[in-house]
Amino acid sequence: MKLNIIVLAKQVPDTRNVGPDAMTPEGTVNRSALPAIFNPEDLNALEQALRLKDQFPGTTVNVLTMGPGRAAEVIREAMYRGADGGWLLTDRAFAGADTLATSYALATAIKHVCPKVDLIIGGRQAIDGDTAQVGPQVAEKLGLNQITYTEEILSVKDGSITATRHIDGGVETVESPIPCVLTVNGSAAPCRPRNAKLVMKYKRALAPMELPQGTTYEELPYADQYGKKAYLKIGQLTTADVNADLQQCGLAGSPTKVKNVENIVFKAKESKVLTGSDEDINALVQELLASHTIG
Amino acid sequence: MANYYSDIKEIKFELENSALMQRIVELKERNFEDKDQYDEAPQDFADAMDSYDKVLDIVGDITGNVIAVNAEDVDAEGPHCEGGRVRYASKTYENLAAMRSAGLNGMTMPRRYGGLNLPVTVYTAANEIVSAADAGFENIWSLQDCIETLYCFGNEEQRQKYIPRVCKGETMSMDLTEPDAGSDLQSVMLKATYDEQEQCWRLNGAKRFITNGDSDIHLVLARSEAGTRDGRGLSMFIYDKRDGGVDVRRIENKLGIHGSPTCELVYKNAKCELCGDRKLGLIKYVMSLMNGARLGIAAQSVGLSQTAYNEAIAYARDRKQFGKAIIEFPAVAEMISNIKAKLDAGRALLYQTARYVDIYKALEDIARERKLEPEERAELKKYSRLADAFTPLAKGMNSEYANQNCYDCIQVHGGSGFMLEYACQRIYRDARITSIYEGTTQLQTVAAIRYVTNGMYSQVIEEMLEAPVAPEFEGYKARIQQMAEKLNASIAAVKDAQNDELHDLCARHLYEMTGDVIMSLLLMQNATKAPELFAKSLQVYVNLAEADVEKNNALVARMTTESIENYRQA
Repeated sequence: MKLNIIVLAKQVPDTRNVGPDAMTPEGTVNRSALPAIFNPEDLNALEQALRLKDQFPGTTVNVLTMGPGRAAEVIREAMYRGADGGWLLTDRAFAGADTLATSYALATAIKHVCPKVDLIIGGRQAIDGDTAQVGPQVAEKLGLNQITYTEEILSVKDGSITATRHIDGGVETVESPIPCVLTVNGSAAPCRPRNAKLVMKYKRALAPMELPQGTTYEELPYADQYGKKAYLKIGQLTTADVNADLQQCGLAGSPTKVKNVENIVFKAKESKVLTGSDEDINALVQELLASHTIG
Repeated sequence: MANYYSDIKEIKFELENSALMQRIVELKERNFEDKDQYDEAPQDFADAMDSYDKVLDIVGDITGNVIAVNAEDVDAEGPHCEGGRVRYASKTYENLAAMRSAGLNGMTMPRRYGGLNLPVTVYTAANEIVSAADAGFENIWSLQDCIETLYCFGNEEQRQKYIPRVCKGETMSMDLTEPDAGSDLQSVMLKATYDEQEQCWRLNGAKRFITNGDSDIHLVLARSEAGTRDGRGLSMFIYDKRDGGVDVRRIENKLGIHGSPTCELVYKNAKCELCGDRKLGLIKYVMSLMNGARLGIAAQSVGLSQTAYNEAIAYARDRKQFGKAIIEFPAVAEMISNIKAKLDAGRALLYQTARYVDIYKALEDIARERKLEPEERAELKKYSRLADAFTPLAKGMNSEYANQNCYDCIQVHGGSGFMLEYACQRIYRDARITSIYEGTTQLQTVAAIRYVTNGMYSQVIEEMLEAPVAPEFEGYKARIQQMAEKLNASIAAVKDAQNDELHDLCARHLYEMTGDVIMSLLLMQNATKAPELFAKSLQVYVNLAEADVEKNNALVARMTTESIENYRQA
């Protein structure tokens, strides 16, 4: 069995390493102050896809990402770990997209580049928005089943997939016909490291948007390599390439409007002093039990 | 998100700043003949260097985010012996899986066997990086370089059988030591007999202190010539664990490198293959194996010194006493600067040695494919001798420095350092073995001393003194020149005495002075190219080295034929 897998991935600002200049005075994310990284849960998603590729030789894993030229870095990073390639969905008309416009763009692109897709796997959510909406919306737009909070794909056979989901208080095992969409939880297996040979093989892979303004592959160093090795040219898609309806893309297609941003400063409200006496400890335990903090 | 490679600028400097590197890459890549055959092969020198940088970045990433994180647990749990097999600490398996998945095995092997075809210099950097996180794990992982010996001396069938397996992540061990054959390997008694019926060799007996003794593929030193008692009766064998016949009797309980299982092995009629020719086991193959391993221990030592420095400076910046960070106190600052100076000096020596090894090994390998040109033969001879001379110096000096640095690291931590809470205690225990295994420092001295007395190092020193230095470092050059003169005077005094025992007594002192002078010179060259990285260490190191030369010079002057008696206790 050979599967056609698309991994949805996003380049995000590393909000886990927030410094004092992480926010602009206006309260928006200062992207230049934060390093751009592979969204962590998308790496968990990639690992699930690569495991299927290990299991079913001939399976293809391609990454689809939307963003500016530099976002092609996530495609390369995925190739370093075993993905076959991918597409950078990039166009000024995609800019300013909320989750609805993003999922429209992704779904439209998938229909265009991979109509016979078997599995679409993405991270549960991105660390810059934390909405967890894009995966499910892609599934809806494509009319596919979805398995959210996936922890592990247990098997793929006879046109169906079995996976475990991370739910409150336990794990649920579900089965779905394929094609379907999965969003993978951060508690799933971490992604494998970059592979030395693959890094050496793919290190020069570039999407057209990444080339210096006005240059072509033929003018790059090691230009002959781009002619000989098609995999060094990362696929790129614009709104026109995928026949997207511009009204549903980017800012125009985004009903979400940010009205106001507030900085929240956490303050300690009340404090209680406890001694080490049995009574105090007992009282605390009772209180925590009553508030369902423990137990 | 620490990266143990890209965070340490000095490693990259060492890789990129030597005129020898171009030649190494040229030889190793045979003028880039693989470039159309293998997708990952480099197109030219710059491309190769870029690939090395990227591969080491992976090593640094895994080291920082997996191996370093696991180190404490691996140290606490350690391996266990169960039913004749080794079970590693649970997180050791995690480390091994990460390295395997990243394809970081068989790193120096040719691409046709599945290797990465990296120079020894780059592999040495990987060794140093891994060791900085967990010296015990580095042992298990870096035993992959035993495959070099199999590649050099095994036949093509053996190469095709074993090298791809190692490249895929199978582990190795070198089974040399026995209860009565430690430093003196000529006394090895493990018996190898030829089984006429099965047409194979069989091993019977026991080995002790075997690092990673339950590995997948063993290189075993055994006595194939019945009735012999010396090194000429020993041959080298390959034992494949898939064939069975070797069990682990017990695992040693050690002071340090807990993650690395040190095994006692029992061979019960174990099937094995002869590697290379009979009788050359010790005198040729094990010498090659040991030289590779010694360079590995030098790298392990430098990694430990790096961690000693990192831990010491982090603590000293953080810890406040008398209202200020303790790094503000000169007594503490000096300890930390001394660690850094010895680290930088030792690292310079390590990479210089690795480069020498690279050139001669690549030429030796080419000689297996075609006849060398006369100038290539001369080059091979030159670098082979340099590698022979520098390897024991790099191993001995760096392992002693690692011990000194880890000692000082605990001292910087004060009472907290004596508690088992900080990483400094682990590296202090781990460092202790480096000056013992693969030949004690005393044996490194034995290996190096002939190059001291035959003038080889002196010649290297003389050539290095002729190299141009930045004007601001001319003063150091003059001081190093004087150190070299004192060294030469001490050598002359020992030789003039014409007394073997005196020669052996003074050997360590001459050896250390040689190390002092050569590392001062290497550091001066580094500082000339990158003063921002090395100027401070140059100053501190030359101060230390100069004082050490004075001390050893004075000692040698007082060690006379008449005084030998006083160095002998009843």
